[in-house]
Amino acid sequence: MRYLPLTGADRRAMLATIGAPTVDALFEDVPAEARRDGLVDLPRGQGELEVERALQRLAAKNLPAGAAPFFCGAGAYRHHVPASVDHLIQRSEFLTAYTPYQPEIAQGSLQTVFEFQTQVAALTGMEVANASMYDGSTAAAEAVLMAMRITRRGRAVLSPGLHPHYAEAVAAQVRPAGGKVARLPLAVDAEAASIEAVDADTACVVVQTPNLFGTASDLSGLAEAVHARGALLVVVTTEAVSLGLLKPPGEMGADIVAAEGQSIGNGLNFGGPYVGLFATRERYVRQAPGRLCGQTVDADGRRGFVLTLSTREQHIRREKATSNICTNSGLCALAFSIHMTLLGQAGLKRLALLNHQAARRLKSALDEVPGVEVLTPRFFNELAVRLPRPAAAVAEALAAKGILAGVPVSRLAPGAGFDDVLLAAATETTTEDDIARLAAALKEVLA
Amino acid sequence: MNMVDVGRPTRPEAGEPAAQGRFETRPATLTGGSGLQQPEGLLFEVGGLDRCGVDLPEPELDASDLGDLVRHGEIGLPGLSEPETVRHYVRLSQKNHAIDLALYPLGSCTMKHNPRLNEKLARLPGLADIHPLQPVSTVQGALELMDALAHWLKTVTGMAAVALSPKAGAHGELCGLLAIRAAHEARGDARRTVLAPTSAHGTNPATAAQAGYAVASIAQTADGRVDIADLAAKLGPHVAAVMVTNPNTCGLFERDILEIARLTHEAGAYFYCDGANFNAIVGRVRPADLGVDAMHINLHKTFSTPHGGGGPGAGPVVLSQALAGFAPVPWIVARDGRFDLVEHVEEEAAQAFGRLCAFHGQMGMFVRAYAYMLSHGADGLRQVAEDAVLNANYVKARLSDLMPPAFEGPCMHEALFDDAWLDGTGLSTLDIAKALIDEGFHPMTVYFPLVVRGAMLIEPTETESKAELDRFIEAMRAIAAAATAPGAAGLFKGAPYHAPLRRLDETLAARSPRLVWKPDGGLS
Amino acid sequence: MRFTKDHEWIAVDGGTATVGITAFAAGQLGDVVYVELPEVGRAVARGEGFAVVESVKAASDVYAPVSGEVVEVNAALSAAPETVNAEPQAGGWLVRLRLADPSELDGLMDQAAYDALVAET
Repeated sequence: MRYLPLTGADRRAMLATIGAPTVDALFEDVPAEARRDGLVDLPRGQGELEVERALQRLAAKNLPAGAAPFFCGAGAYRHHVPASVDHLIQRSEFLTAYTPYQPEIAQGSLQTVFEFQTQVAALTGMEVANASMYDGSTAAAEAVLMAMRITRRGRAVLSPGLHPHYAEAVAAQVRPAGGKVARLPLAVDAEAASIEAVDADTACVVVQTPNLFGTASDLSGLAEAVHARGALLVVVTTEAVSLGLLKPPGEMGADIVAAEGQSIGNGLNFGGPYVGLFATRERYVRQAPGRLCGQTVDADGRRGFVLTLSTREQHIRREKATSNICTNSGLCALAFSIHMTLLGQAGLKRLALLNHQAARRLKSALDEVPGVEVLTPRFFNELAVRLPRPAAAVAEALAAKGILAGVPVSRLAPGAGFDDVLLAAATETTTEDDIARLAAALKEVLA
Repeated sequence: MNMVDVGRPTRPEAGEPAAQGRFETRPATLTGGSGLQQPEGLLFEVGGLDRCGVDLPEPELDASDLGDLVRHGEIGLPGLSEPETVRHYVRLSQKNHAIDLALYPLGSCTMKHNPRLNEKLARLPGLADIHPLQPVSTVQGALELMDALAHWLKTVTGMAAVALSPKAGAHGELCGLLAIRAAHEARGDARRTVLAPTSAHGTNPATAAQAGYAVASIAQTADGRVDIADLAAKLGPHVAAVMVTNPNTCGLFERDILEIARLTHEAGAYFYCDGANFNAIVGRVRPADLGVDAMHINLHKTFSTPHGGGGPGAGPVVLSQALAGFAPVPWIVARDGRFDLVEHVEEEAAQAFGRLCAFHGQMGMFVRAYAYMLSHGADGLRQVAEDAVLNANYVKARLSDLMPPAFEGPCMHEALFDDAWLDGTGLSTLDIAKALIDEGFHPMTVYFPLVVRGAMLIEPTETESKAELDRFIEAMRAIAAAATAPGAAGLFKGAPYHAPLRRLDETLAARSPRLVWKPDGGLS
Repeated sequence: MRFTKDHEWIAVDGGTATVGITAFAAGQLGDVVYVELPEVGRAVARGEGFAVVESVKAASDVYAPVSGEVVEVNAALSAAPETVNAEPQAGGWLVRLRLADPSELDGLMDQAAYDALVAET
């Protein structure tokens, strides 16, 4: 088998060295009842050609975003990733390295993590950032747990614009830990109203901008109000490119930022792997989850980087750790970092503006479609569009016409009063032709 | 379960030899260059705030509609042209060890070869360029792949169901414990404690605590296994689950595992198995046959998805029939010849404990793992386990005369040594690890499991040739001989000498944390 | 000065006691990088964990040798945690307690008993 280097002669020689008659003898501790002499009931191994064919067949049954006018967003966005990003992350030394526990031979990983942390802190306007979380939704859950540790309060308020998957992930993790979660009903533009739900036991308010409906908000007022009540503000962003154009959470009073970094450097990949960005204030860093990389010097006085503040983590603190996280999203974080390096702030600003431009063009086109209303008052690159009919059926009809028109809110929150709303995103990959085809098909389907 | 409360040296000791002078017999370079090894500064030192390596069209519309929401001022993100970006990262990559370079014998990490076919297939547009929330009718191939992967995971483990969404092993542990918690709550039998052996990986107690449980330890016997009498004494109606790794973190198969399962079930608790070491038994032993109720599988270990310098991983959890109904959404279901996603806690998934994370799971890793499974097949997977176990026992056999294994008898896929053989040398496990770096290998796992003093845990995996194993063994034998020779300590304390950097001052990094670049560049 | 089996020391002066970790404990931890101290005013029970001493690779709970109220903490450790290594039984003190029940001191080890304990470890 092509991945197994041992030959029959090797195996015999090694068994002789070990002093075992057969390999079976090495499995002597397996209880007789659990021993299986035969193979499990699965097909035998195949060569590359056959495996490729099998997967090509499966791939061919999907409609890729690049093959259709594409407007799906709702937490995962299609952007163009420069070719060198994917090329660089496939270098052996990045792809096949482990977590950098032996820093002398892992400065490649460690320096890139340090650069990533700095980029994330700069992007979000915060003081420190960690080496990544699994994704934005689990980052949000960990942010809530962290806020509870810092404030010693047990309740979290989830604002009306928070992505339902994020709210569910927070609830699933916070409730077993003994916390309470107050989920405010979905609304297009009601972030500020979250303050009304804050009580003396509230550790934090979790607010998203741009929110599920694409609405961008200035959270400064909310931050002040939340702080006045002794709670923390956790800000979620699911579209990292928006930070190239919009005021960052750090400038609006955020205490913790839990964001999805997928938009930069990482493709759609049907939902994963993605990369959670986690940033906070320096004074809270010892309560933060996840790995942290710090600067130091070696025995010869040369600058180097090491994983640090490890006593927060599971391998030392065990059941008192700030989180159970071990493996995070290293390679996706590297892809984010490389793409960000290629962009620089000048490129990021321009990219963000191109996204906003595409969304403005999308809005103009949708404004011309009878019966269709754009609900989002202030947007970056995503719009909530009210249709005269249930949005799921409309999206399905448009898919049949070869157009991926967006995500019906009912997919994420059925029966929440938004079954006629479609979320449509536009990025720098959206052409004017795509928009025209969407508008035309929408008119047809709604006629 | 106690925190790790015994430390070890975390900064270079004064007085050991400097890198130059004792070992450098070649002439110094004129400008400080070092041949193929290129120096490279931080991005923030070499990049520019106005530089860019991407050509983007000039926007025609502005953001005046956003008013005060617009960001002003410098973000603080430097850029580079494409050639400079490529150089920056290629130069940094030179400073990393990797599986592709040499044996990387980290115990319980399963650093096996990452097949490049899997990388190619994961990048097929039909699998990579699809959005998780596209209409289900447009991603039938993706759902079919996930369903096929689920079938392979269930069959190879003998289990009834699998939750695919967890994003890493620790996340899978959380998934399993939350399903167990839901199962107990559903029958009005909420419990408060989880038991785990003292040798457990830190994620086990950390996860149990996150799932809202108190954690209590199970003692270990002198032969490195779970103490059945202690387990029986500690079980009771307050215990929700017993978390056991099998093979365990000492690299040994738990002989009494059927008894562990029986006692656990008798007490009304569930048996959670940490599947990190599944590589030793895949295709040969099915966890269902051992009485396991839930087990996470690290796709980035047993099923070869790349470690990527710290992830991404994937930790699907196979579940018994008793726990299947509590698995988190989304579920993949086959209806009328088509695949569908059940994404809400309702109908057939009414008892699901909720949703662990956004979307459906680590599809990129599913593609890679599935390609790996198809490539190996039932016969190849069985051979994987056999070669993994053979390789570890071979290394153990060839080193045992110099460094006695921590426990007697055959090991499984990893061999564990303690530091007793270093007594009297003034050297520690750490010094041996650093010496191994100079010989060209990534060190084995050190100081884990905690139950063995100065532990050295060596897992070669099945993708190592005998020649590479022999090369490693020779290096270890040479190190052992040098370490036990008189007067060795001074030299060893200064290792590594041949890595891009010498030992780093971790004390300074923790006392004065500098976690982001600042213009002053230095350390406070 | 008296000692606990968890390697804390306690020095009593009237109704107040100073508590820290011993040189042995500090040596076991390695370079101390951070100390988590309780809030002034907090009441602690004998045997209750009330501080954490951290090195790079380890963290150790510090348990109250006797019951009492925290009246002072060693704020200097924030900027200079290494004092715990340099002077564990002097400048590296952690917390001062107002004793709730001085008779609890009777159950603690004296220097000779503690030295014997360390020798066994």
